[in-house]
Amino acid sequence: MSQSIAHPQDGHRADGHHDDHGHGHHDPNLAHHFDSLGQQFDSAKLGIWLFLATEVLFFGGLFAAYAILRMRHPDVFSYASHYLDTIMGGINTCVLIVSSLTMALAVRYAQTDNRRGLIACLVLTFMGAVGFLVIKYFEYSHKFHDNLVWGTSFYVPPEGAEGDAERALLKSAPAADSTIEVKDPAMFVVPDLAAKPAVDASAVKAASRGPSGLARPSGAPAPAAPSEPAPGAVEQAHPALHLEDAAMPPNTHLFFAIYYAMTGLHGVHVVAGMGILAWLTWRAVRGDFSSKNFTAVDTGGLYWHIVDLIWIFLFPLFYLIH
Amino acid sequence: MTTIPLPTGTPIRDTIEARPEADNYLTHTRGVLSWIFTLDHKRIGVMYMWSVLGSFLLGGIFALLLRTELLTPGPTITESADTYNQWFTLHGAIMVFLVIIPSIPAALGNIILPIMLGAKDVAFPRLNLFSYYLWIAGAVLCVMSLAMGGFDTGWTFYTPYSTTTTTGGVIPVLTAVFILGFSSIFTGLNFVVTVHKLRPPGMTWFRMPLFLWALYATAIIQVLATPVLGITLLLLIVERTVNIGIFNPAMGGDPVLYQHFFWFYSHPAVYIMILPAMGIISEIIAINSHRSIFGYRFIALSSIAIAMFSFIVWGHHMFTSGQSALMNTVFSAISFSVAIPSAVKVFNWVATLYKGSVSLTTPMWYALAFLFLFTIGGLTGLHLATLSTDVHLHDTYFVVAHFHYVMMGSALIAMIGGLHHWWPKIFGRMYDERLGTIACWIIFIGFNVTFFTQFVLGSQGMPRRYYDYQPEFQVYHVISTLGSYIMAFGFVLTAVSLFGSFFGGRRAPANPWGGRSLEWQCASPPPFDNFAKTPRVGDCYDFSVVHWDEKTGGYWVDESADPEVNPSAPPRPAH
Repeated sequence: MSQSIAHPQDGHRADGHHDDHGHGHHDPNLAHHFDSLGQQFDSAKLGIWLFLATEVLFFGGLFAAYAILRMRHPDVFSYASHYLDTIMGGINTCVLIVSSLTMALAVRYAQTDNRRGLIACLVLTFMGAVGFLVIKYFEYSHKFHDNLVWGTSFYVPPEGAEGDAERALLKSAPAADSTIEVKDPAMFVVPDLAAKPAVDASAVKAASRGPSGLARPSGAPAPAAPSEPAPGAVEQAHPALHLEDAAMPPNTHLFFAIYYAMTGLHGVHVVAGMGILAWLTWRAVRGDFSSKNFTAVDTGGLYWHIVDLIWIFLFPLFYLIH
Repeated sequence: MTTIPLPTGTPIRDTIEARPEADNYLTHTRGVLSWIFTLDHKRIGVMYMWSVLGSFLLGGIFALLLRTELLTPGPTITESADTYNQWFTLHGAIMVFLVIIPSIPAALGNIILPIMLGAKDVAFPRLNLFSYYLWIAGAVLCVMSLAMGGFDTGWTFYTPYSTTTTTGGVIPVLTAVFILGFSSIFTGLNFVVTVHKLRPPGMTWFRMPLFLWALYATAIIQVLATPVLGITLLLLIVERTVNIGIFNPAMGGDPVLYQHFFWFYSHPAVYIMILPAMGIISEIIAINSHRSIFGYRFIALSSIAIAMFSFIVWGHHMFTSGQSALMNTVFSAISFSVAIPSAVKVFNWVATLYKGSVSLTTPMWYALAFLFLFTIGGLTGLHLATLSTDVHLHDTYFVVAHFHYVMMGSALIAMIGGLHHWWPKIFGRMYDERLGTIACWIIFIGFNVTFFTQFVLGSQGMPRRYYDYQPEFQVYHVISTLGSYIMAFGFVLTAVSLFGSFFGGRRAPANPWGGRSLEWQCASPPPFDNFAKTPRVGDCYDFSVVHWDEKTGGYWVDESADPEVNPSAPPRPAH
């Protein structure tokens, strides 16, 4: 692909390090401490690859945590994965893969001096990032609405939800005994599911399950004979259906803890990527890039690919494990 | 054996006009802003150096407070055990994250590495400045955490204590260490790229000075291990703020998982501290023995071997944390094998001294102190890598003594030695040799009085991190505390000798010790661009071309005699 391109590396390979350090007649793109553009380009490339290695290790810690939690609680992962929306996750995967393609094209256009193509592809990549975050926003807000969150609040239905009576009962139920001596025992208290008052699943209105039953695990049996929703019930629905599911294994919150940790950190990287893409677009519009100077597009593109690649691992590990 | 003259330098007054290199990096531009926004690696290194030395003073004050408190059982200078807990936590956190980890790579490495390479700067000067300001941000957050209630978790932040303690400064300090981690990553990244891409013609991998090999191995660890610390601290912050339960056994999480994460970084971090120190020692011993370093390749490759081993031994911190017997055995065996590359280095240094013409300069005294202290520190590590003895010694003062012998007796002593070694190069002034040597001896004696006592104390069962103790331990605690005062006096003398060089110290020659590597061939202090012309390099440990020059009070390198630089020079017999 790159044979036809005036690659800055070529100059470097041809004359190696030369000793001409005269000042004033340097290429404006060449920093004073480099001998040649090729050396500068190679340094930037090695630098970004090392940075990507640190990113892989940064996420590597979370992947290790995921592996250990899943090994310890296989039932939690196979159960809770049903709550994730494979369709939305799948669309997001496609969005990111396409944005990686447009990013790769942007690098290509920078190398071939096609400024319009470069700007168009950078903008498209940026739009891909926006699209990803919008879809992610809908996924997250749906989870929050259904009270599929991390930690102890996973077991406490949200305020203002239908079924206040159940919630009141939940709160008055005796908390699990804590045998660990700690300064703040409240941090360790997990509401004991056994102490939860029995709730007849059929009493929960069908509309309260949210659109297309996403809040309900697809493997769980459908509640018998759902009654018709009362008008206006949708707004004040209590969708924390998982609390009524007797099949829910203990510590299910851990799945959502690691899910939010990993996808959240990935989301932060997408936002950072949007910043980089906006900066690249601004510079492209200004006309900074050409076949002689495309290092920033190239390195920014590599960053975007790693963000994409991490999602490629996250998607099957969370959405496709049942 | 001929007498080797000690460097004298020249009086300031005589030569100030005769010096052609009056324009150096210190005088190139003036004003505070020219320092704050500088991209020059030497200035960034100097700023790092002052910052690290300031933190060292702060950490040292906490150390003296600790030792004073331990003079008597029960309360001595503070009534509150919680205050004591905060002191030792601060001492540890400051010394590890603000002092030792950045000391050699970020301060000395930044100044010396590009000059040794004959380069004008590191590969990414702006990233270099950025990582310095990350360090500043981390240090500021560290201090802020004190104002927000301090922290008493120990520098290891073990869960569940760190997620439940009521001290208010835990989250600020976790954030601080997270930021400091990225400062360290960017320094390492910069160094790896610089060593790969900015080596001058003629400098193949096995022509690099050993300090560069050491910094390179260190940088690899910094880049590959520190991100794991970053994510661990991030998880800990999230755990403490929104209680996600990953490290909480009551919620199905695992506190030992935190320990695995933490030591996956923090064991390699021990080698981030010791590897560059070993590089300094290789330089000092070779130059002051005026003899080619013995076993160059073995020393170079043992740095890489240590870097690789460093990633697979972390479990030896958790022998008593409930690891399986199999894992304990494997980690114990791998930990023993770290002794091999370490011993390779020590034997090679000793072999270099053998039949060398040793100049007992101040840096050389520090290097010799290092040889003793590192050997003791390294060999006592074997007691701790042995499963049966570790169960007895775990969390006692034996461990405290062991890691102080390695972290302070080796890493910091080498840092101070390196500071003396390159001080004339950095500031262009000679310090008082006699005072420097006396200070080195006082530190050496004080160090051993402090920490050798703690080996005895620990083996008799005194646990670490305790505010109170049984009366029978008091005699050891008193000896140890007196040692720490002796050591503090030694450091004050060192400061007097170094800072005294600014007031009436003689002008340093370009090459005061007789070095052959490139940094000794540019002026002291170096000019802004280091070298007007990328230099050619020869064998940086061939001292036969280095000659004494009475006029400058230093040495000069006869490059024309080196066949690798000047092809027409007569070939030399292999040494």
